[in-house]
Amino acid sequence: MPGTLLEVEDLRIQFPTQDGLVKSVDGISFSLDRGKTLGIVGESGSGKSVTSLGIMGLHHGSNARITGEIRLDGENLVGAQPTRVRELRGGKMAMIFQDPLSSLHPYFKIGDQITEAYRVHHPDASKKQARQRAVDMLARVGIPQPSTRVDDYPHQFSGGMRQRVMIAMALCNDPGLLIADEPTTALDVTVQAQILDLISDLQSEFGSAVIIITHDLGVVAELSDDILVMYAGRVVEYGTAADIFGQPSHPYTWGLLASMPRIDRERTARLVPIPGTPPSLIKVPSGCPFHPRCRYADQTGGRSQNEVPPLREVTPGHLSACHLTAAQRAGFWKELTAAQVREDTREPA
Amino acid sequence: MITFIIRRLIGTIFLLIVVSMITFAIFFLIPRLAGQNTYQLAAQYVGRNPTRQAVLQVEQQLGLADPLYLQYGRFLKGIVFGAHYRSGPQVTYCPPPCFGYSFRSQLPVWPQMMSDVPVTLSLAIGASVLWLIGGVSIGVLSALRRGTLFDRFSMGVALAGVSLPIFFTGLIALELFSYKWPIFPNVQFVPFTQNPLEWARNLILPWCVLAFLYAALYARLTRAGMLETMSEDYIRTARAKGLRERKVIVKHGLRAALTPIVTIFGMDIGLLLGGAIITEVTFSLHGLGFFTVQAVNNQDLPEILGVTMLAAFFIVVANLVVDILYAVLDPRVRY
Repeated sequence: MPGTLLEVEDLRIQFPTQDGLVKSVDGISFSLDRGKTLGIVGESGSGKSVTSLGIMGLHHGSNARITGEIRLDGENLVGAQPTRVRELRGGKMAMIFQDPLSSLHPYFKIGDQITEAYRVHHPDASKKQARQRAVDMLARVGIPQPSTRVDDYPHQFSGGMRQRVMIAMALCNDPGLLIADEPTTALDVTVQAQILDLISDLQSEFGSAVIIITHDLGVVAELSDDILVMYAGRVVEYGTAADIFGQPSHPYTWGLLASMPRIDRERTARLVPIPGTPPSLIKVPSGCPFHPRCRYADQTGGRSQNEVPPLREVTPGHLSACHLTAAQRAGFWKELTAAQVREDTREPA
Repeated sequence: MITFIIRRLIGTIFLLIVVSMITFAIFFLIPRLAGQNTYQLAAQYVGRNPTRQAVLQVEQQLGLADPLYLQYGRFLKGIVFGAHYRSGPQVTYCPPPCFGYSFRSQLPVWPQMMSDVPVTLSLAIGASVLWLIGGVSIGVLSALRRGTLFDRFSMGVALAGVSLPIFFTGLIALELFSYKWPIFPNVQFVPFTQNPLEWARNLILPWCVLAFLYAALYARLTRAGMLETMSEDYIRTARAKGLRERKVIVKHGLRAALTPIVTIFGMDIGLLLGGAIITEVTFSLHGLGFFTVQAVNNQDLPEILGVTMLAAFFIVVANLVVDILYAVLDPRVRY
């Protein structure tokens, strides 16, 4: 069943606070096909988690103002009845979180936590069926001896195992959409790769679409079909993984790539941090929000400082929000890669 | 689990022995260290205005001249097996647990205390039901409606409840509902077994007054606990499953927020069973608290000693119950 599963259009999520209006998500749009994976990348505070919670309808109860459209299978979730969103939540769309340590309830057996998720959306299932489903799911996510461990408490599992339990819980209702919010950030490096492999295996098995949210480009490189780069609540670059890694077209993406360690480079190669810190979401810089940290901001004739750059197509399907001309960007990227090659080939001192 | 309970039980018995030693020391050792001789010590056991003869009799009766370890042994033996007191030719047997005789009434201390226990027990149980229901539900509602008028109002009332002493709220309640509008006139204790309705009617005022103080405390505690719990990640997980909000709050939120409340509740009950002194005195209810006040006023040392041991016993037992309950409630507790 191919086709578009999720469409987000001009989504804005704002929080009124005493200090002013926090524009956490400021007009983002993207779409996701069934069975595909979208990576959302950005620094802390770029609005990626707020976006995912917005899709799940988990801002309910806070004072968030949400406008725009989130269409899941054609059904708009923004402004929909909370009861309707609740039916979809956990059923048609599920989410796993950053910290599996605190995301599982410490007082309940993991089996009970999974069956609870299953039975909300399968009210006709008997307790026995639900339990069997929990055991099956635990086996699927690679928990050894699932029929005994189903009665264990979360504190009896390691971090990686807990994230597996979270994945089992999320997938037990066979959701069309799985949102993974920094699923590996809190885990050991060795466990990270296992969890990512598990997600991609289960994705092909269940045919779910996945949104993976991370600040780690390495994670999305491994899994994603498409990549959305966010900065200060806006989309700065959006394209296929090949576009983003092969021909990145925004200085912020360049910065992210340069700050990522790579195994195919010499160890002496320097990781280049992006100078400065992400901007306040109350007073977003004028013009391009990235301009105070951008090396190339003075090459646009002052437009970076004064005009918000629109998202424009670089090549079909590859969008970038930058005032630099296509030729300038191609030139700078070539320079950057050449510099990297020079650094790589330099004799170690 | 069973070994855990047995281990805690053994620990509790050990603790009770330590408590008895400390209590014994307070009454028998410290005065001696402070330089009192046995005659002066005995004089304190006779009550006010002792005669020389009475004091000498007591000194001999209690064996105050004996070495301390003998005295402590006798004290402990009296509690466990009972004691024989020689006064002149007759020997009186004091059945266990023997805390000696009151020097005012000449009656054994233990049965006297036991006759006061139902009053304190009735007071504590009724009030605790009220404050638990009232305090916890107000706390939960306040947390869920944080910042609203309801929250501010109830937390304001709670602040008043915590700050106002019982002898103040109690007297106001008596003045209003017992004298001005005599809805509950002549508060006096009627045993539950005799007439449950009268039992409740007479105790409503003291229950409410006592519960007001504790409900205020519990409302604040529950509110704080609930606010903390509801911002936990696992609450977000529960919502992400698609659970109804009511289930998220009650099953996932309250379950975690209430666990520490259970601990405090157990300790408060244990403390109250030893005597709700101010409430009992305010309403002239002859419970253990009233007994304590009288004993202190009369300088009746056997009575004071007995009630101290009993109150300590209640607290130690409450502690044990709380520990076991906690292990049941929180699977992370290792035992």
